Amino acid sequence: MSTVTDTATRATAPGAGGSAVHRLLRRWPVGLFVLLFLLPYCALEVPVLLDGPVGSAGSLQLLATCLLFGALATGYDLLLGRTGLLSFGHALYFAAGSYATNTMMQEAGLPFGLSVVLGLVFGVVLAVLLGSVSLRVTGIGFSMVTLAFAQAGSIVVARDPGGFTGGEEGRAVAAGFLPSSLVGIDNTANLYWITLAFLGLTLAVVHLTTHSPTGRVWEGIKENERRVEVLGLRPYAYKLVAFTVAGGLAALGGIVHLLLTGGSTPHTTSSEFTLSLLVMVVLGGSGTRWGPMLGGILYTWADHRLGDVANSAAVADLPAVLRVPLSQPLFLLGALFVIVVNVLPGGLAALPGRIREARAARRGAGKDARDAPAPDAPAPPDADTDTDTDTKERHTP
Amino acid sequence: MDTVVLLTLTGLGLGALYFLVASGLSLIFGLMDVLNFAHGALLSVGAYATWWAASGHLPGAGSGGLGFVLAVLFGVVVGTLAAIVLELVVVRPLYTRPREQVLATVGVSLAVPALLSGIWGTDPLTFPGPEALKSTVGVLGASVPANRLVLIAAAVLVWAGLKLFLDRTRHGLVVRAGVEDRAMVTALGIDVRKAFTLVFAIGGAAAALGGALGGLYFGSVDPGQGTSLLIFAFVVVVTGGMGSVTGAAVASVVIGLVQQFANYYTTAGLGDLAVVVLLAALLLVRPRGLTGRLA
Repeated sequence: MSTVTDTATRATAPGAGGSAVHRLLRRWPVGLFVLLFLLPYCALEVPVLLDGPVGSAGSLQLLATCLLFGALATGYDLLLGRTGLLSFGHALYFAAGSYATNTMMQEAGLPFGLSVVLGLVFGVVLAVLLGSVSLRVTGIGFSMVTLAFAQAGSIVVARDPGGFTGGEEGRAVAAGFLPSSLVGIDNTANLYWITLAFLGLTLAVVHLTTHSPTGRVWEGIKENERRVEVLGLRPYAYKLVAFTVAGGLAALGGIVHLLLTGGSTPHTTSSEFTLSLLVMVVLGGSGTRWGPMLGGILYTWADHRLGDVANSAAVADLPAVLRVPLSQPLFLLGALFVIVVNVLPGGLAALPGRIREARAARRGAGKDARDAPAPDAPAPPDADTDTDTDTKERHTP
Repeated sequence: MDTVVLLTLTGLGLGALYFLVASGLSLIFGLMDVLNFAHGALLSVGAYATWWAASGHLPGAGSGGLGFVLAVLFGVVVGTLAAIVLELVVVRPLYTRPREQVLATVGVSLAVPALLSGIWGTDPLTFPGPEALKSTVGVLGASVPANRLVLIAAAVLVWAGLKLFLDRTRHGLVVRAGVEDRAMVTALGIDVRKAFTLVFAIGGAAAALGGALGGLYFGSVDPGQGTSLLIFAFVVVVTGGMGSVTGAAVASVVIGLVQQFANYYTTAGLGDLAVVVLLAALLLVRPRGLTGRLA
């Protein structure tokens, strides 16, 4: 765990001189957070990244969606990267939060605040119940069972029991049920701040829980579950805690999504939704502090922008062999994912370490050539082997 | 009575479809510890290849008689080749990292349907087939669509073929031994990796056959078909015990029947739920599935 943080700070402060500067640079997440907080007031144009000025409603909506998925991926990584549980049913808890809140508001007629609380409670209870069943099997069996439960949820939503879920159409929240400060294009900034707060909360929860005694046990379970058992601990209970915390975060994310999009959509119950979370986490770097968030933001942004690229004239003029694959964002992302898994284990978060490693190796090789004329070169310098083991420790699942 | 016969045969037909997907999944998982998420994509590839050939694009193939048999064969061959390519290009380089192997197949499972819908659109395409298979056959007083019977026959043949292959051939012996203890087989000087490719090819062929015959069953093909079938195939694999072909056969029959009967006698959609509840109940009683294989 500490190695991860070390690399992160080292990466941002290459060869930091003064300790004051160093200390300031260690606080960079705070600075970034303040910057993100101020974005709605920013009128800057970012030509390629966004369509309009940063502070415009359209850009803020896209940014908020990116942040939301960054947070979701971070929460999902609590299972995948921290506890080593490969759940394929995370979408269920996300959708549970969204649909439960929606139903409480529009069917039971409860006030907004209470609905949100009840929606969150529903998601957490569901996670406890289903987690306690699915955690009875380990390994890939667990993945399949969570997938089956999520599929059951998807079927329920599609069948539209009692007209609660709206079936394939999804269910929009009618005006008047939400506080007026959260409705309308003019208030996109408020939604953006809510999403940002959710991201902050998720990061904090993941950071605090993984650094708690429970979090250490999670790490142990991830490395070797049998040994945790030998120590006299019950992995089942710890895994259930992780599952519940992650499920609760997902349910809260579902509620934020409900506010952000003004309704619940059945797409969020699908297995593709969970798989896209998985792709985000692995793309960014599973088990690292910032990797999943980075992966979520980049994936969501790419998913939106690649759609625009597909409709652009430059792509439309290409021959069919190139045009068809390029017009499918999911194909590009899927292919990119396969490449990342193959070429870059550890995801984007491992990239700085890899570059440094490669540079150190090259420098080391150059120095060897100068210092040691003998053909049998001496052992590589300490720093090199150090980073090497570092990265290996982090990457092996 | 005829309703029960019809439901039973339709349920068995659905079970047959599940078996065609699950048998390969189960073998691949048993031997390589890889949960092949791309198996649904292989099914879709087989279905689209058959559709393509049967729509008159392949000389000699067509929608009726021998032409359709040729189209199905073409679909199976394409599916098998796709599976071999998948194993060699995507799975093999990650041989020492089982978790990443699963992730890579997840990537393929996202990319292939997207590519298929990019080429042929997201809308379901009408699946051509011989008139004889679209009609119904009288069985014990019930008129049953003939394609159910074809599916059941195909699944029984595949099951028998797999059994013969696993029990009577040397390659089958290696695969069985590999499922039991891969490290020991390697220690005995046998290259298990050849068996990996073989198992992928067999699984891909079975899944592609499932795709081709599933096109008959559903009457259409669409890019998402493979993924939705795959989820129930997963349920079958867990229920039957992973790595066991006979377990998969028993489980697919049970699940197909439960799903059909519950869907008919209660509201539609409840059967799909019943299957999941059944799985949960089974795991509470026997966490290792019906056959007691390691899950």
